[in-house]
Amino acid sequence: MTTTPVTATDTTDRSAVRTLLRLWPFVRPVRARLFTAAFTAVLASCVALVIPLVLKWMVDGPVTDRDPAGVWLGALYLLLLGVAEALLFGLRRWLVARPLSHVEAEMRAALYRRLQRLPVSFHDRWPSGQLLSRGTTDLMLLRMFLAFPLTFLLVNGVTILVGVVIMLAQDWTLGLVILGPAVPLVLTLSVFETKYSAIARRAQDQVGDLTTVVEESVLGIRIVKGFGRHRSQARAFHELSRTLRGTELHKARLLAAIWAVIVTLPEVAVAAALVVGSVQVADGELSAGTLVAFLSTALALRWPIESIGFLLAMSQEAATATERYFEVMDEEPESDAVADPRAVGAAPRATGPRTDRPGTGAPAAGPGTRPRTGARTAGTGRADGLRFHQVRFRYPDAPPGTPPVLDGVDLHIRTGESLALVGATGSGKTTLTALVPRLHEVTAGRITLDGTDITALPRQQLRSLVAVAFEEPTLFSASVGENVLMGAGDDAGDAELARALSIAHADFAHTLPEGTATQVGEQGLSLSGGQRQRLALARAVVGRPRFLVLDDPLSALDVHTEAAVEAALRRVLADTTALIVAHRPSTVLLADRVALLSGGRITAVGTHQELLRTHAEYAHLMSGAGEEDDR
Amino acid sequence: MTAPATTAPDTDGPDGRPPAPDDSFDRDVLPAPPGATAALLRSLLAPMRARVAVTSLLLLLQQAAVQAGPLLVAYALDRAVPALRDGDHGPLIAVGAGYLLCALAGGALQYAFIRAAARVNQDVLLDLRGRIFRHAQALSVDFHERYTSGRLISRSTTDVESLRELLSEGLQELVTVVLSFVYISAMLLWLDLGLGAVAVASFGPLYLLVRSYRRRAGQAYGRRSTAIAAVIVRFVETMNGIRPVRAFRREAVNDAGFAVLNHRHERANGDALLEMARYVTGSRLVANTAVAGLVLWGAYRVADGTLALGVLAAAVLYLRRLYDPIDRLGMFLNSYQSAAASLEKIAGLLAQVPTVPEPSVPRELPPLASDLPGREVVFDGVAFGYRTGGEVLPRFDLTIPAGQTVAVVGSTGAGKSTLAKLLARFYDPTAGRVLLDGTDLRDLAVPELRRGVVMVTQEAFLFSGTVADNIALGRPEATREEIERAAKAIGAHDFVAALPDGYDTDVRKRGGRISAGQRQLVSFARALLADPAVLILDEATSSLDIPGERAVQRAMGTVLKGRTAVVIAHRLSTVEIADRVLVMEGGRIVEDGSPADLTAGTGRFADLHRAWRESLA
Repeated sequence: MTTTPVTATDTTDRSAVRTLLRLWPFVRPVRARLFTAAFTAVLASCVALVIPLVLKWMVDGPVTDRDPAGVWLGALYLLLLGVAEALLFGLRRWLVARPLSHVEAEMRAALYRRLQRLPVSFHDRWPSGQLLSRGTTDLMLLRMFLAFPLTFLLVNGVTILVGVVIMLAQDWTLGLVILGPAVPLVLTLSVFETKYSAIARRAQDQVGDLTTVVEESVLGIRIVKGFGRHRSQARAFHELSRTLRGTELHKARLLAAIWAVIVTLPEVAVAAALVVGSVQVADGELSAGTLVAFLSTALALRWPIESIGFLLAMSQEAATATERYFEVMDEEPESDAVADPRAVGAAPRATGPRTDRPGTGAPAAGPGTRPRTGARTAGTGRADGLRFHQVRFRYPDAPPGTPPVLDGVDLHIRTGESLALVGATGSGKTTLTALVPRLHEVTAGRITLDGTDITALPRQQLRSLVAVAFEEPTLFSASVGENVLMGAGDDAGDAELARALSIAHADFAHTLPEGTATQVGEQGLSLSGGQRQRLALARAVVGRPRFLVLDDPLSALDVHTEAAVEAALRRVLADTTALIVAHRPSTVLLADRVALLSGGRITAVGTHQELLRTHAEYAHLMSGAGEEDDR
Repeated sequence: MTAPATTAPDTDGPDGRPPAPDDSFDRDVLPAPPGATAALLRSLLAPMRARVAVTSLLLLLQQAAVQAGPLLVAYALDRAVPALRDGDHGPLIAVGAGYLLCALAGGALQYAFIRAAARVNQDVLLDLRGRIFRHAQALSVDFHERYTSGRLISRSTTDVESLRELLSEGLQELVTVVLSFVYISAMLLWLDLGLGAVAVASFGPLYLLVRSYRRRAGQAYGRRSTAIAAVIVRFVETMNGIRPVRAFRREAVNDAGFAVLNHRHERANGDALLEMARYVTGSRLVANTAVAGLVLWGAYRVADGTLALGVLAAAVLYLRRLYDPIDRLGMFLNSYQSAAASLEKIAGLLAQVPTVPEPSVPRELPPLASDLPGREVVFDGVAFGYRTGGEVLPRFDLTIPAGQTVAVVGSTGAGKSTLAKLLARFYDPTAGRVLLDGTDLRDLAVPELRRGVVMVTQEAFLFSGTVADNIALGRPEATREEIERAAKAIGAHDFVAALPDGYDTDVRKRGGRISAGQRQLVSFARALLADPAVLILDEATSSLDIPGERAVQRAMGTVLKGRTAVVIAHRLSTVEIADRVLVMEGGRIVEDGSPADLTAGTGRFADLHRAWRESLA
């Protein structure tokens, strides 16, 4: 089993600097401290460079002259400079410690915020492991980049510059000798940069893949165990980790090469300077103290120069991390702009195609039909219920040429009416329900709530009007009570909770170890599928929503529980406009009418009994007829 | 780090589920035996002992090459320059050549070292990642239900990452630091015993600083590791539940909840960085004071004539370098504390003993008695309860003859799933034995066990990869024909063929959306392909439409022929294919008989059956 790396958006112009500049908005709030810290670091390095000068002065002056007072003075200077250096070093770290943790946290919070608001279709495409690796390892890389490479590229740059100036000032011939390798060094570094950034990106993507495998192996643990496949899972994991190891070794090869160059070239220059300097000292053109100070400075520059290799490597990694981070951040979130103001309150087109009365004519008077009028309305429009007008839908990422999932759905659920949606496995029922709360956007056509186009409602408002119970009942890490009450407004309390739990026949919640305060979800008590489904149902009904969308809400319940839930649910449905995806007659019977979804369209609407009699496809779906009757 | 145990609630979970998480799970501090962290690190490095030695040797040589610099400078000043004045070029040429050689050797050794070290690091990480993964996979289902996927991800990503940093940077830092301390101290002592001795004495206060830093930063990193795991858990939960998050407008509430966890991580992180700041200031102060003192003393001695000027110059150069590594020591300690905190967490995970261990001496199933694939299942005096007490299944005996299809019905929480999990060996019974053709399940190695028993659950999870990959999970060596045959038998072929790339459609890629019902069909095909002696179906058809369910049942009719099957279903339609029905309630089997007998009787099953018939209307 392989995971598919999310292919990098191929930006041909991959300038690391330009990429890293995108971090500015996050760094901006802490810029004062960061700049002060960088300045402090430069200062500290300069102090460090002055120390050899004091040493030179001591060797050439007081020591040679046997001047005790001068020696004391020199030592005092050394001490003061040393203390200053220490304090500046500490100050730098103190200045950035909290702000940089803060930047990391802010970036993570921003990522989380954005991810929560990206379209559901985005999440369908991206394995959460890839998202997670962006939110953890990539952000840690960025924090480290801000803490070290960013500052030290600056500091070391300045240090090297000042050091070179000092050396040139001491003796310009020696200084030029030292500067010799600068050009080849810069050339090597630029070649290295390009190569390294590609490989760093690959490594980071592979970490994301690895994360995905780990996650899936845990989420699918029952399947892995049920088939005894943990060895092959482990093999798949091993393969991926081996690939990652290969990439990391490749990275190390590059790094090793650049280090070798960076270490060797300046040392060769120092060797040359040593020879030239010694000759000059011998000729008396140069004092021994100056040579000591010069070489001391050169040696002090060793670390700044050597470190450039790994600082650049870290910066490259930070640049790819930034790139990966913004791949997600650049995705367009669901906009909350109201799409077409003209649609607000617009009455449904009278001339629109009306397939809500198939064959059988007027609203069928089945046993459960309770036409109602004068109920509350969603927006400003009249009580018109939920309408689908020529709704077409294809997944935005579907390959071209594939037929749309929904192709001209027309459906009207009258206010207060409940309608069951029936269709074969994979016919698009769940997709249709996802369109109502705008988890996906219709490709063409429109959906109206009480005459108001759903795209004309702010999403938050739309979603507060429409409550959904999903096929997959997800509970969050919170108490049972909180999980249920998240379906209601803030004013809902224990009374609503108790009511919802009793409707969903979820009274077991009261008998949990801590009652409705018991923690559930990822980090809490794990509940059975049936229990979770009932809590999800309670969540959907707790807010007495105007519109209710239930996706196969009773699939995991046993017959007795199902019957009890149905009885209670009927009372709720009496004054709710509801769309219920159903697989079984028992669920269908909750609804006033049934619509059959087939081939991307609604092909029949009527009562269960009518369709059972008149519609062969429906009868087949509901009874498996054609083979044997259901006794 | 042990906290007083919170009042454990009466922990028998409802519905035969594991009890509420105990404190160590809750707070993400699984106990590791004392010394486990160090032992883990040792065991990771032990197989690489030789390579670690070679790597260290490379570094040693590299450091020797690099540290020779000041010595050569001293030599140049004290010998080569006077010699040059005397017209002797030899010493200077020697010094120049020596320095050049050292530079080249330093570079080459650096290259060799980085590569060698990377290989060691990557192999250690490969080993550790593999260990975590394999161990997690070997741990039982109830462990995973409590530990959460987020924490496991955290262990194998951020915590491994900490170790990676330690290995890739930290270890080099440490070796460099120790080597240069030793080397430079030796040089100083050799140059001048007095100066050297004073320099070495300054290590005392440095050691105290290091010790205090280790203690304080260690705590901060421990908190950080826990905090990031909590962040990850929340992150994963949100991303996997994105639909309900959206539909119930949880975004703002989640932002707030996430902010709390994120902030906790931020604080711990900041605390650790501040400790580092404190350490750096302290150690620099000690170092610079020592340098000033030594120079003062040295200068006096030069003035006295007891110390050569060249020696003082070299000593001063060495002195500066002696304390250079203290920053790097700080970095090492930093990585070390961070990695130690992470390793402790990993060790805690690895210390978890699988509650369903593999046998040390596996046995094989006896050869099949007939040509039919089924085997006999016996629950022999089996009882099951969770460790924390609370009996889920009281002691019972049950024999399912080879080839029989048994339907298990009963309300939620009756213990049906627990029975199935015992048979699938997701759990081991607290008493008694589960036998497959007379062999205790506990004596079967996993591959043998899964040739015997396979379970299809209601959660039809699809892994990344193609549809074919997902079906082939049942039997990885299966050919494409076999895969398609299984899919056809179960009625999944039509929808798979209609996907953009058919069986090669990536389930996460473009157009690869697969509905819940279709996922269940894939799981079925998987089970068919696995071809086990005993097949357990735990509500495996809940999301199928009726024709789909019928198709599956028809397929089951042929597939199950001769196979032993245990079918758990809420829908009594499944019962139609059963030879025998067990009705469970409160963990006990209350009715047992053929469907016809039970339906005709007056027991619970007759009630259920009537209710179900009515529901079909």
